[in-house]
Amino acid sequence: MNIRVRINGAAREDEVEPRLLLVHYLRDVAGLTGTHIGCETSICGACTVLMNGEAVKSCTLLAVQADGAEITTIEGLTAEDGRLHPLQQGFWEEHGLQCGFCTPGMILAAHQLLSRNPRPSRSEIRRALEGNLCRCTGYQHIVKAIEWAAEKMGGSTS
Amino acid sequence: MIPEPFEYHAPHSLAEATRLASELGEQAKLLAGGHSLLPMMKLRLAAPRHVIDLGHLQELRYIREAEEKIEIGALATHFQIESSALLNEKCPLLADTAREIGDPQVRNRGTLGGSLAHADPAGDWPAAMLALDAELQAVSAQGERWIAARDFFVGLMSTALAPGEILATIRVPTLPARSGDAYFKFRHPASGFAVVGAAVRVKLSEAGHIEQVAIGVTGVGAKAYRAADVERELVGKSPTARRLVEAAAHAADGVEPNADLFASAEYRHHLAAVYVRQALERALEKARA
Repeated sequence: MNIRVRINGAAREDEVEPRLLLVHYLRDVAGLTGTHIGCETSICGACTVLMNGEAVKSCTLLAVQADGAEITTIEGLTAEDGRLHPLQQGFWEEHGLQCGFCTPGMILAAHQLLSRNPRPSRSEIRRALEGNLCRCTGYQHIVKAIEWAAEKMGGSTS
Repeated sequence: MIPEPFEYHAPHSLAEATRLASELGEQAKLLAGGHSLLPMMKLRLAAPRHVIDLGHLQELRYIREAEEKIEIGALATHFQIESSALLNEKCPLLADTAREIGDPQVRNRGTLGGSLAHADPAGDWPAAMLALDAELQAVSAQGERWIAARDFFVGLMSTALAPGEILATIRVPTLPARSGDAYFKFRHPASGFAVVGAAVRVKLSEAGHIEQVAIGVTGVGAKAYRAADVERELVGKSPTARRLVEAAAHAADGVEPNADLFASAEYRHHLAAVYVRQALERALEKARA
């Protein structure tokens, strides 16, 4: 089946099998391997991307369900000149990762949080990350990284 | 984990969807948000030959008020429900239940109708549907019918929906005066599903007695149920702390509780009493406020 999507601002059109999962489409067809495959059972959140601005688990979506949608992956947060998004910078500054496997999903889940609630409390941040698992660090540095970004973005939502 | 191949259909109207569902019958599965069906297809517990994706039916995404009732389109997402000002004000039980489901990503995609049609024994929605005496509208190429929540949940992952029927609308009564509601849940720490969940709506008389009470329980048995024995113990009575404890002890009477590695049947039986009591206490607190 033919689908049209915009990924990180760029339009694409591809012929895909209906059973192809969105995460495989992003990684294997579009070549964007920043979106990770973790548990494959919609628990861990490593595969989180934004679809029309909402955080979704791309392992539990068919690529055909994204027909007509706007997708943002972790690659899409970095500016063209390579400047990091405040959330990416925050994970750097506050050491919000060790192995980094969960990080793209964490950042996109946090992105949705800050777009809905630009000044979240610590408990609101933790609640917003309920769908994302980190198996290295515990969550303290991740929460701090998101606080850093919220502060840096000064309550703006983009 | 990759599903078996299937033929994909993406109708753009309910009429087109019912026609397809009627033509394809039991060979087809309906896809709403996909957060129940796709996991089963990936595990190959389900391998439908046809998938009818209802995702484009914008006409089923509404939440609206209609004469003392609220109507919700089956494709309203859990997030839409948790963030609906109308529901938070006039039927808070639904917004509170939605907030307890899964995680933010799951609530963005998962739908009320999809979850109900899937009828997972640990799903959250059936408890609220039973406590609210919800009415569910099934639409098919032949017409429509309304099914009471009590008749909708037939057994483990099975409902009163016939092949070819699509769940289109969920209708619930708004919260009357001197009433309160609450959903309390023991959340499975890994999956987020309800090990036990209790939904309560209670109405007090002017004298402060329990005039009406409805209790839906999910997670305990093969299907959600009304805790009728608890309701009987409470109607017409003054809700003292002791009476609530004694009544709630009957929360799993006549039910054969599920047992798994996480929670034995005995434990689920115990949890049912605890969570029903807690939900009753909270609902009564709100009714008095």
